[in-house]
This record gives sequence, C-alpha cells and structure tokens, in this order.
Amino acid sequence: MDSPIKKDQKRQTPLGKSEGGPSKSAKNARGGRQNRWSAVRRVLAAFSLLAITALFLDLSGTLHGWLGWLAKLQLLPAIMAANFAVIAGIAVVTLLFGRIYCSVICPLGIFQDGVSHLSGLRQGNRRRGEKRPGGSKRLRFGWKPERRWLRYGVFTVFVLALIFGIHVLVAVLAPYSAYGRMVGNLLQPLWLWGNNLLAKIAEHYDSYAFYTRDVWLKSLPTLIVAGLTFVVLSVLAWWNGREYCNSICPVGTALGLLSRFAMFRPVIDADKCKNCKLCEKGCKSSCIDIANHKIDYSRCVDCLNCLDACKFDALHYRFGWKPAEITEKAGEEKPRVARVSEGSLPSDPGRRAFLTGTAMVAGALTLDAQAQKVDGGFAKVLPKREPEREGRLVPPGARSANDFYSRCTACGLCVAACPNGVLRPSGDLEHLMQPHMSFERGYCRPECTECSRVCPAGAILPITPEEKTDISIGIAEVDYELCVVNRDGVNCGNCARHCPTHAIHMVAKEGSEFRIPSVDTSLCIGCGTCEYLCPSRPYSAIRVNGRVKHINISES
Amino acid sequence: MKRRDFLKDAAIGAGALALAGCSSGTVRERKTDGAGSDAEDGTAANSSQMEIRTNPGNGDRVSLLGFGCMRWPMIKGPLGTDVIDQETVNALVDQAMAGGVNYYDTSPVYLQGQSEAAAGIALSRYPRDSYYLATKLSNFSNHGRAASIRMYQNSFKALRTDYFDYYLLHSIGRGGYKAFKERYEDNGLMDFVLAERKAGRIRNLGFSFHGAKSDFDELIALHEKYHWDFVQIEMNYLDWRHAKEPRNTNAEYLYNELEKRGIPMVIMEPLLGGRLAKLPDAATEKLLQREPGSSVASWAFRFVGSYPGVLCCLSGMTNAEVLGENLKTFSGFKPLTEEEKEFLMGVADLLDSFPTVPCTACQYCMPCPYGIDIPGIFRHYNEMVRTGSMVTTANQDDYRRLRRKYLVSYDRAIESVRQADHCIHCRQCMSHCPQSIRIPAELSRIAKYVENLRKGSF
Repeated sequence: MDSPIKKDQKRQTPLGKSEGGPSKSAKNARGGRQNRWSAVRRVLAAFSLLAITALFLDLSGTLHGWLGWLAKLQLLPAIMAANFAVIAGIAVVTLLFGRIYCSVICPLGIFQDGVSHLSGLRQGNRRRGEKRPGGSKRLRFGWKPERRWLRYGVFTVFVLALIFGIHVLVAVLAPYSAYGRMVGNLLQPLWLWGNNLLAKIAEHYDSYAFYTRDVWLKSLPTLIVAGLTFVVLSVLAWWNGREYCNSICPVGTALGLLSRFAMFRPVIDADKCKNCKLCEKGCKSSCIDIANHKIDYSRCVDCLNCLDACKFDALHYRFGWKPAEITEKAGEEKPRVARVSEGSLPSDPGRRAFLTGTAMVAGALTLDAQAQKVDGGFAKVLPKREPEREGRLVPPGARSANDFYSRCTACGLCVAACPNGVLRPSGDLEHLMQPHMSFERGYCRPECTECSRVCPAGAILPITPEEKTDISIGIAEVDYELCVVNRDGVNCGNCARHCPTHAIHMVAKEGSEFRIPSVDTSLCIGCGTCEYLCPSRPYSAIRVNGRVKHINISES
Repeated sequence: MKRRDFLKDAAIGAGALALAGCSSGTVRERKTDGAGSDAEDGTAANSSQMEIRTNPGNGDRVSLLGFGCMRWPMIKGPLGTDVIDQETVNALVDQAMAGGVNYYDTSPVYLQGQSEAAAGIALSRYPRDSYYLATKLSNFSNHGRAASIRMYQNSFKALRTDYFDYYLLHSIGRGGYKAFKERYEDNGLMDFVLAERKAGRIRNLGFSFHGAKSDFDELIALHEKYHWDFVQIEMNYLDWRHAKEPRNTNAEYLYNELEKRGIPMVIMEPLLGGRLAKLPDAATEKLLQREPGSSVASWAFRFVGSYPGVLCCLSGMTNAEVLGENLKTFSGFKPLTEEEKEFLMGVADLLDSFPTVPCTACQYCMPCPYGIDIPGIFRHYNEMVRTGSMVTTANQDDYRRLRRKYLVSYDRAIESVRQADHCIHCRQCMSHCPQSIRIPAELSRIAKYVENLRKGSF
C-alpha cells in the first residue's frame, strides 16, 4: 500500500481536477483537504438560503423580479404548478450527481446544515483539550441504518395526503413550506419591527425612507406550528445532522429514490481505506458504513465532507454507476458514535413532533386577541371581525378555491407578500396554514397583483392589474340589520361610494329619506372594498362570499 | 416632591412679583373706544411692557394678548385616556402672568371638558383680581334650561371663582335669530343670564359669533334689548376679506359693525389655528423679505392688534416658545401702518389661491361618531398643500417622491381606520363646524386624491 502522504498530494477533487499545492486552509490541518466543491456548495447554499429568506422579508416588492425563480425551483411547488421543466431538471440532476438539491436548493436543508455547523463549532469548543482521536468538531456522527419504515411510511402518507387532499399533512411535511412558515411567522415579525423602528427614526428626521408596517398575528395555529417546526428541526439538526431530511422529509425520500442510482457519487476505495472512520464520523447524513465500505446513496446529500475528512485518499467523487446495495444487517453491529443525547431522543422525533404539532393545532383554533388602543379624543373604533362566509375567498389568479387548495403547499410566500393585510393562513383543520382572504385590515387593492407574482406552486397564476379588474372571486351580500342606515338612522353609502366596479346602488328605503345599498351581482368582483370600508363594527354589514369558481365579469 | 413644591412656590412668587409690576401702572395703555385712540399715541414703545386695552364699558384694563385655553397640551393619563398636562399648564400660566397676560378664555367643552378645571387649578394660585376670566355657555348638545344652568354653575366650581369677568353665549350665529331664540330665549336662559349679570356674577355678557352676515345682523340687532358688553369674533388678515362667504362673514364687516356701535371685541383665531403661522413658501418669503426680524405669526397678531376696537386677541398657546414669542409681539406693541395692512391684504390674496381646507383644528366636530380624525386629516392635507407636495399629474418629475411623501406621512399622521375613506357622509359634523366647512365633501376630495396616489394612476 502506498504511503498516505504521497497519495494525499494527488487527490482527486469531485470535479475531477487535481487539486494540489500547499495553499490549504488551516482548518484542514487535521488531515483532509477541502475540496473545491465544498466551497462552491457553501457559496451556493448561502445564496439560496439568503435569497429565499429575502423573498419572504422583502418590503420593496422588487426582489421577486430578480430572485423569484428560486422559489419556483422548489420541488413540491413545481410539482403542484405542473412545472415539468423544473421537475425534470431536478430529476436529471439528481440522477447524475445525487441529492445536490438538498444541499444547495432546499432552504430547510441548508438551514439544518447551518444549525449543525453551529452545533459543531460549539461542541468543538467544549471538547477542546480533550484527547480524542482526531478530536474534531465535525466528528460527532456515525453510521446509522436507514429508518426505512419511517421514511417510506411518511412518504406514503404524504403521497396519499396529496392525492386525497389532506392539505394539513402536506403543509406540515413539505420542506420548503416548513421553511417559509418559519421565516414568515417567526422572522418576518422581527424584521418588520426592525423596519418600524427605522421608520420611527426616519419620522423623527422627516424622512420617508421607511414606512411603518402592521405587525399582526395572522394565525395562531400557524404560528405555533412554525414555532414547533423551528424547535424540532433545530434540535434534530443540532444533534443528528440531516436526520430529518433522511427519515421524515418526503422530498428527501423521493430524491433518495433517484440518488440511489446517481451517476456520480462519493465512492470508498476499500483498498486504501484504513477504517479510521473519520469520514463516517463526519457524515451528517450518517450514511457511510465503513465496516462494510458502503455508502447509502439514498441518504447522501452530496456535501462531500467525507472527501475532506479522509486522510488516505480513499474517498472520491466519481462516476460509479452501479446500483447501490445497502446491507442492512451490518448497521446494527456498528459501533455508533454515541452522541450525548442519542439515547434520550425519541427514536422517531420527527413524527412525534408532527403529532404534537397537530394536537396543539387542534387545541388552538381560536383567533384574534388584539386589543385596540383608542384615544380619548376619538370615538372608539372596534376592530373588525372576520365574518362567516359562504364560500372561501382565494386571490384572483387562483381559478377556484378547490384548485387553489389542491395546489397550495402553504409556504406562506403570498401571505408575506400581501401588502394589504388581506391574505392570512387559515386556522381550520381542513386548510390549516393554507391562506385565505379576509378584509378586516384592508381590501384586495385593484393595482396589486403581488400574490399572483410570487406563488411558486401555480395555486395563484400570474395576472396583470388589468386582468384583475375583470376577475370576480366572490359576491358581496348586504346584511340589512347591521347596515348603519337602518341601525343608526344615518346617511351612509360608503360601500357604493368606493366600489371600483360601481356594482353597488343606493336605493330608496321605503318610508325614509335614506338610501340603502343593493348589489348588482353581475358586476361584483369580490374585492372587499365595501366590506373593509363599511362602518358597521365589529362585523361589516356587507360581506363577500367566495365564488365556487372564479369568473370573468366581461364574459359572464 | 418637596423640592418640586418649593420650585413651584418660587415660580408663583416670581409670577406674582411680575404681575405686581404690571398692575402698578407700568403698562402701556390704549383705550378701545375707537375714535379717541391713535395707533401712534406718542408713548415710546417699551419692549418689556404688555400692551393694555381698556374696556370702555367698565374700565377693565385688559392685556391685548389673551390666553386661549383650548389648545393646551394633553398627555396620556394612567387609564390611557387623554388628560391635560397640568404641570406644563401651570408653567405656561406662570410665564403668561409674568409677561402681563391677564385675560384667560376657556369653555366647559374645551379639551374634552378638562380645560376649565385645569385653568382653575393654574389660575387659583394667583389673586382673583389679578386676571380676567372668560368662559362660555356651551350648551350645544343639550340646550335644555336645567342642563344649561347646571353647566353654568359647574363652571364656577371648575374655575374656583364666584364671578365671571366675561361670559359668552358660545358660538351662536348660524341659523340666525331663530336658532338663538330656540337655544336661549324660549327656555328662559336669556332672562337667567341677564339676572346673573345684574347680580354681578357675570360682569360682562357677550357672545362668540360664527355664521353668515344676515345671522350677524339679526344678533347684533338684539343689542338694543340685551346690551352686549362685548362680542367675540373671528378676525385675521385672511378672514378680513376672504372669509368663505356667504356661509361665513368677512371680519372687516363684523369689525366695522361692532366698532360703529362701540362694542369692544375679543378676537379668536387670529392665526386660524396656526395656519397663519406656517404659510406656503411664497407667502413666507414675502413676509420675511419685508421684515427679516419678525416672525410670520407676528404679522397676523399685529394685524389684529392694530385695530383699536379690539380689546383682546386670544391665542391658544401650547408651549413656552410660542408663548414667549407672542409675549414679545405684544410687549411694546407695534401696530401696522395702513401701507403694511395693504401689504398683508396682498398676502391674503395669495393664500386664498391655495386649495387648503379652512380648518382651524378647533375640534368642535370631534369626536366623529364613526371615528374619523377630521382635523388630523385636514391638518395633514393643508400641510401638504402648504409645502407644495401636491401632485398634479403622474408625469411630473418628482411624482414618485411626492406620492411616497403623501402616503407615508398620511399613514403616520392618521390611523388607517380614521382616514378619510372611512367617512360615511352622515353629516353629523357639519352643524358643529364654526367655519362651515363641508366636511364630508372635503374628506371625499382628499380620499379620492389618496386613492389616485395609491393606485399610482393619478
């Protein structure tokens, strides 16, 4: 056998180029060398994560033009949007190179890598001085057999949920949606508060650079689910790296089915391998089984940290087209690198989290606890309450509520983008976390098409403001008992005054000098202007009921 | 606490001393009986002396600057409601007293009903004969005899006094004699206040006027019968000839009618709620150019004070700086020359060409039962007009900047549920507005402007 040192000098990079020379960073002093892919991967991953996060936080509405495609690259939304180019692209890339998608496109995966990295840093610090073989911060994992039943169980459930339209399950499990939910519910409020602070400062200096945004609780159940998602994923990633991606994530499982057969892959050269297990202990997917010199390619996310870890040039990323064979039995015997809490973690933490998540959700369906501060010099203005509607309201661009809900993956991008406070995640179990519209804080403004612009799942198709004026998503209905003309005996007509399509007529009220509103349903587009501007509180005297199918006014 | 009390006492002491100084004859006097008075009576102007006018009726020696207690600062109280910032009010009154201001005008309805009590607290620290107290019978919402008399009697308690120097029938005129008759005569209130005057609890009886010319004529005709000791009118260089007639009356007419009858006048809205203190750039430039050392507001005050029939000019001063500036204007008072008055008429013509809403933020329309912040919306709109921030076409160069400025500042100034588009045109505010602004129509106009900006389709 050659001396390891010699070999080291001619090591192959994943891109097939020889990477030699002395210019290696100090952090690889432990033996391995950083391959070029690692750097590229980190840059791409950081870009994806930041860009997708920015899409959720963008207040200017300009970012989508530049970065919107990143949301559309996400697999599940692409499937929902029947975006075959993207689906095929991802499939081909995975078949060629493995689960690169999970490392550089999926924000949830990258997020977990980030957490895991932090955990590594911290544990590295804690153990500094301890004498351990290769005492590296990264060496804290170890081979684990595939949790096959769980993985494919969740996958099956997910597919069934998709087919039978159990949107809650889809929304909870879909990785991009989970990430969007975390950003939209946990990070965006902080971001907006920061913005509002700047707005306060700007106001002090008579500047109009920053504009105060409403921060409000859009949906408590969604917030709770987002919080749980964050906690569970962080804990899992902190201790077990990519556990979630390889045991729960349905997208990970689906891509794993392809990546088993990936053309290029990290391959162990059994002849050179000294069984030191540096690669195995550094594998955040726990998919390297050194005892048998096997790698479970269905779980490998192509981070290629193992190439860096190997001191003996025994691992290469290269063409290796033969079906991977995973020996299950070997796994049990393997000396696991016992991490502190492994025993204490539930064997199936993801599922448990999911179950508790749904339980919490079911118990927390009550909404709205905002108190309104009222100035003494003003009449009290009660906050509006969401009415019961016949027919759910979904944005223009969705073809119908059914179509919308069957495609929507509940990522929350449209909710984050809606500048009018109209879209919010639903709280009812059937459509949990999937958005719907209501008009307590604003109405669907005629010039705004933000949600249709950002939707990656094709649940809301792109429309222009001109097209929007013609799309009817619902029909306004007057509640004459609540109408202030009847209730307070005053002149009003605010609904008719502001109706953009002039669908509301003020007609004579019998035996009175006043006029009451009447809706010409053939003109109503369901924009909610009337409902928002109705003086009746907390319930408006005019409310919009969603149409079963959206229609074009000019064609009806 | 002790230290603060000590400081307060010290302040009172200082105020009292200053007042003693004022009342011992060092003030500069000018009679208000019109004919006899001369703007330049030869007395050397002493810049430290408050201008004093003498009431021809009873010889009251009234400071030309009066303190309007309608715009005192409010803060959030412990219950989250607005309460008057009494400490600041006390300090303002101390400053005013020290500066020679001895006329204080309040009403039971000002500042959500808290003005009288606050004035009572602040003024009762001074000898009762060191200031003149004016308050009003503000029986707008309920002019029943019992309720009105209760209001009258409550004013004594709130103001901690047993007589009023000046008592006004609050804001009459609109609806003419008919409305007056209904509010004061049919219920016997007029007989009641006349009796009170006879008993000495009302030393001067008058009314404050808002309305059309014919309304005024009808009310002033009652002088024969009731003998108005004074009348309070809205007067400033814009309203002199540019009051929005026919619903309002030019101050020039009102002044001349009263002057003719020798009725002394108390002036309200000399600055139109501050609008004449902050003018559009073009007008500001004109004034500053003419007299670089004088503030824009001082011109408006000097205009009012230049008329000898004016007994007192009220200003609702909110902070020490404004009060200090006004004290400066009225101490060693310099009346305008005829030429300067004409110059101001030119400025008024210019101001009249701006599409501002003539709101003086008196708050009489508030609270709007549907929660609209009426004065706030008008203030914001006027400010945009004043600063030349209105958009005329989407094609203009600075369209994006102006659009953003209007929308952002609008949302900052007015909570969205209190904005103009929420006005339902119930018209309940209209009868309260002393300026006769067609409030719903103006709000609609602003709402349309804002909607166009929002759509970006101006």
